[in-house]
This record gives sequence, C-alpha cells and structure tokens, in this order.
Amino acid sequence: MINQIEIEQVNKRFADHQALTDLSLTVPKGSIFGLLGPNGAGKSTLIRIINQIIFADSGTIRFNQQELQPDHIRRIGYLPEERGLYKKMKVGEQLLYLARLKGLSKRDAIQKIRIWFDKFEIADWSNKKVEDLSKGMAQKVQFISTVMHEPEFLILDEPFSGFDPVNANLIRDEILALRDKGCTVMLSTHRMESVEELCDNIALINKSEKVLEGKKRDIKMDHKANKYQIVTDAMIDPAIIPFELINSHQEDYGHFNMTFQLAEGENSNDLLSAVFQQGHVVHFEELIPSMSEIFIQHVSKVEGPASSEIISS
Amino acid sequence: MMEKIWLVIQREYMTRVRKKSFVVMTLLGPLLFVAMWAVPIWLAEKGPETKKVEVVDYSGLFSDAFESNSEVEFHYVDESLEDAKEYLESGIYDGLLLIPNVDLKEKTNLVYFSEANPGMAIKSEIRKVIAEKIQEEKLKAAGLSKEWLNTIKPEVGIRTVNINENGDEAESHAEVASVIGYLAAFLIYFFIFLYGTQVMRGVIEEKSNRIVEVIISSVRPFQLMVGKIVGVASVVLTQFIIWVGLSLVLSLVIGAITGVYLSPSPAAPMDPQMEAMAAEGLPKITAALASMDFVTIGVSFVFYFLGGYLMYAALFAAVGATVDQDGDYQQFMIPLSMPLLFAIISLAVILQDPHGNFAFWMSMFPFTSPVIMMMRVPFGVPLWQLLLSMTFLAAGFTFTTWLAARIYRIGILMNGAKVNYRVLWKWVRMRY
Repeated sequence: MINQIEIEQVNKRFADHQALTDLSLTVPKGSIFGLLGPNGAGKSTLIRIINQIIFADSGTIRFNQQELQPDHIRRIGYLPEERGLYKKMKVGEQLLYLARLKGLSKRDAIQKIRIWFDKFEIADWSNKKVEDLSKGMAQKVQFISTVMHEPEFLILDEPFSGFDPVNANLIRDEILALRDKGCTVMLSTHRMESVEELCDNIALINKSEKVLEGKKRDIKMDHKANKYQIVTDAMIDPAIIPFELINSHQEDYGHFNMTFQLAEGENSNDLLSAVFQQGHVVHFEELIPSMSEIFIQHVSKVEGPASSEIISS
Repeated sequence: MMEKIWLVIQREYMTRVRKKSFVVMTLLGPLLFVAMWAVPIWLAEKGPETKKVEVVDYSGLFSDAFESNSEVEFHYVDESLEDAKEYLESGIYDGLLLIPNVDLKEKTNLVYFSEANPGMAIKSEIRKVIAEKIQEEKLKAAGLSKEWLNTIKPEVGIRTVNINENGDEAESHAEVASVIGYLAAFLIYFFIFLYGTQVMRGVIEEKSNRIVEVIISSVRPFQLMVGKIVGVASVVLTQFIIWVGLSLVLSLVIGAITGVYLSPSPAAPMDPQMEAMAAEGLPKITAALASMDFVTIGVSFVFYFLGGYLMYAALFAAVGATVDQDGDYQQFMIPLSMPLLFAIISLAVILQDPHGNFAFWMSMFPFTSPVIMMMRVPFGVPLWQLLLSMTFLAAGFTFTTWLAARIYRIGILMNGAKVNYRVLWKWVRMRY
C-alpha cells in the first residue's frame, strides 16, 4: 500500500517543554486517519509541522515518498481547530483570496468556488460579508476554503465543532465522498463517535509520544478482554454458572443481563451452554471495547495533569 | 514566493482603500488644508467694515493729524462732549475720541468712548498719531526739526549667508526653513503613528479572528507580515499623492474663482492689490522659498517617511502579535512610542541649534532620525551626515523587521499566554 505521509523519529522541543518525542507515524493513502490524544499531547504541534507552519527539530517527514517541501502546501488542505475568516470581507472575495494563496490561478479559483457554491446551494452568499453570516454558514464557507483547491491530503482539526447535527452530517458526507475520490484525510477529534464512524486507521498520542497506531479494527481486536455478555429472558442464579461474573443486572422489561470474564483457555461455547441450561438466551456477544474505552485506558494509565503546551491552543 | 506577498499586499491595499473612512479622509484632507490657507487670506482681502470715529479735540493740536483710511474714518466735531456722546448713542458714529488739553511735560491721557470694545488696530493707530504729533511739538519746542531726527535714526540690517563645501553662498532663511522643517517632521510623526497602528490593528484582527493559522498554512508568517506592512505603506502613499494632487487642483480652482493665489504663480494674472502685496512681502518669501533645496528636502522626506514607517511598522506588527483578544498591549506601546514622542518634544531644542551635537546624534539614531533629520534638512545638512543617517535608518529597519518577524511568527499562534518582556525574549530566541 502506498503511504500519503510517513513520519519518522520526529522530535520537537519548545523552550521548556517537549512537544513530540521520537514520533513515527504512517498514514496510508486514501484512508481516513484518526489522530487521537488528550489536550496538550502534541497533536496540534504534529499537525502544524506537517503544514510547515513550524519545523521539527529532528526526524523526517515524507509526503508521497518525497521529503516534505514548500510546494507540497498546495496539495494539503488544512482546517485548524482555531479557525476563522476575515469578517469584513465578502464571501466570494475571501474564498478567491484563500484559493489564490494556495497557488490556484484566478480563473481556476473562480471556477472551483462556483462548483462548491452550487453544491451547497449558497451562490447568493457570494456578496455577503462574513460578519452577516450565521455561525453555521460561516463554517460551511470555512470548509469550502479548506477543500476547494482539491487537496490530496486533508487535515481536519475538530471539523464538527460549531456545526448543528444537520450540517455536521453534510460535512461528514463530504469527507466520506472525498475519501472515496482518493483523498487522504487526517482527522483530529475528541468526538469518539466520529472516530468509530469514519476512521480506518488511528494513532493515539499521549504526552508527546505515540501510544498506539494501526487499523482501527486491529486495535479493537487487540483490546478485547475475553468478556462476554449474555441476556436471558428471565432471572437466573448466576452463582451456578462456573465462570467469573463481572456484572449483572435486571433490564426494565424483565430481561436479565450478565457479563462474564473468561480466563485463558476457557471457551465461550461452554459459557453459552452452561447458561442456556438455566434459561432462555435472547442475546449473546463478545464485548469489543469502544474507541472511547481504549482511549481512556491508555491515557489514564499514568495520571497527571496535561501540561500546558507552548504553541498550542 | 513573491507572488504570495503580492497577493497579501493587494488584499491589504484593497480592503483599506475601499473603506469609507479612507475615502472621506482622502477627500476631506485637501479641503481642510486649502481652507486653512484660503480662509485667513480671504478674510484679510475682504477687510473689516469701516469704523466712523468722531474726534473732540480740546487741545486744538490735532486738527489735521488723523487721516481716514479704509478701516477708520475720522470726523472732527466742534460740539460739546454731551452732544458728541448723543451722536455716539444715536449710532451715527462707532466711537468718540476725546483729546483733553495737552501739557507737553505730562503724560497725555485720551478717552475713547464706544459701545463695543475698539479693536487693537484702532487703538494703536490713535496712539501712534497722537505720539507722533506730540513728539513733533516737543521737537519744535526744543528748536529741532523732524527731518533732523530722521537723519540720526540708526539703520542696521542682518543678512545670514550659508557657505557650503563648494564655497557657494546661499542666503539662509531661518524662518522659512523652520516652518518647512516643522511641517515635514510633524507629518512623518503623524503618519508613522497613524499607519503603524493600522498595521498593528490588522495583525490583531487576524489573530482574534483566528484566520491567521489558515493563512500561514499557505504563506510564511514573514511574507504575511511584510505584505501587510507594504500594503499599508501603499495606502499611505496613495493618500499622500491624492492629497498633494487635490490640494494643487483645489487651490488653483479657488484661486481662479476668488483671485486669491496660495502660491505665487507667474502665469496667473495679478490684480493691483496683489501686486501691491507682492511689492512688499512676497519677494522675501519667494526668495526664501527659491533658496530652499527642494530636491534634497523632497528626496529626504520620501526616504525618512518610508524608512521611519518601516522602522516602526514591523515593531507595531510584533506588538499586535502579542495581543490576546482584548489583552494589554499598552506595556509595549508606551516604550515603542517614547522615542518618537521625545523627538517631537526636542524639536524646539533642535531649532535653537540645528547643527549642534544633540541635533547630530538625534538625527543619526534611527528611532528618532526620521523626525529630527527632517527638521534639520531645510537648514542645510552636509551630505555625509545625510547619507550616514540614511544608512543607519536602513540598517535600523532591517534589524527591527528581523526582530519583529521572530516575535510575530510565534506570537500569532499564541493564545492565552501572558506576554511580558521575558516571554518576548524567549520567542526571539526560539527555534522555529
């Protein structure tokens, strides 16, 4: 598989704070890559280094197998977490300016802006000043400004913040559509349901170091703890089941819900047969941890206050 | 790379030039400027109404001493004081001058009655006439003539001449030089503050709008900063050129309408009154103006104007980058404005001795040289001093731009950090 971005052994230190330590990451082309981590872990620093806003102290970054260089900027779209627009500028002029800063010719820029205006049905906003737009409208314009130059690599930092559910869905669909067209997306977010829904690969950074990296599916499989959930239609006595019970409770509608921890070598079929001798089984599944649980498990291992990062928002 | 700076310059320029405040300022400026010159001249031309003054002369000495002119008409009345007062009250006359019997050995006390306070012009005219007449009488009493007195009045004139390195002599005109110097120095001071703070506000706007990170993912912070500084500078130049152009056009138009010319123009016909005026005051001023080296003054003005702006604009940008929403930037603004303020306050001292040590060093130090050197240039500054000072200024703004860029690149990404001088120094040294 071809990689969009390869980061090797990147270090970055600010005056009195280590922001990234020997960080290596690989973002496969055409995937949605979730960059996760608590506040102050170093995500923003990494994103800014990829955008060449700041530079790493050591290590290499390759974009399409090429060492990162200034003209790659043209092929990257970046939606920062701290984002905004010129309030006094008209929407059309603003988009034209931002597109031309990315290196598009005036003609190309106008043409591409028109395509997005039609897609979002907002052509009549072109002469409106940004200060006259609602927050949601301004966010749409901001999203267009990120993707209009058709970047092959899109970096989105908390893209859904500020959107109502309808517009958030609109943006999510656009992200998926861009991915299907071959665009690589790096998504940095604290919204774990977005990660579950969208990401193919993830990396977890904590305290300047990478903790986890891989396909989301593989990571989940690695984190399953041999726990099983069984639901019966009536209450049974869990004590007679010869497996370790972690949790049990009665559902509102009468079902009885039990969670068992299986030890090494124990078979889930044996658990199931032990239970259905006692009662009628309506539900049986192996518990796969959510991304949220995996996140918390790794981040809270060593408890400490998130250091306030210099060059971070 | 240059393309992107060019895009930034264009945006900064267009957004400012299209603002209503810019249009208003640019159009009103010359109107105000022309009004400042034209109104006093127009008033002087028009002149005040003629005042009628009746004179009651008890002494009988001044029967023909007062001559009426366009300002005052004197009428001798042979009436009692009471009757004369009645004339005054009835409004036939504007004033009543009572001359008592004069004793040549005593102080003469006149009385002037009027409903409104008499103007300075009338009072001094009366005093002059009476004093001359009394002097004449005293001379007569001593057996001397007025003509003889005139022959013993000493006449001393002083002509100041500057000798330059080539040995050429040029007449110096300190008054005209100081007016030009003051004007140039104040303009530079005014423009640096006005447009330096515009650069700062632009930076603050980008930072508080949170657009800055979007922009610097496409453009280097240095390009953004330089583009902004140059963009605002172009706005200043545009405004300045329009001001000069419009002022010239307006003064010509007003001149054509009213016959009052703000500058002596040989092509324009003069009415007799103007010619009379020209016979007295104008040649001196024209000669003084002609003696000024306007090429040097003009070139220096443009250089110090741009150099001074560049010197400060980058620092204003850096201060803007330290601001966090409504944060406190006064701590940096005050020391930044001190040198210019000090320069302006020193102008009076510089004027006393435009070539002294103090003036020399102040015009070398790049933080004060734009203002101080422009005060000195109309008095004639040796070329080597001018070139040295310009070199220092160029080095100065190169340094401040470099320093400011190092603060700016970090500052624009900082939110919520408390900034003091220690933090600034850390940013300057910080690797990027």
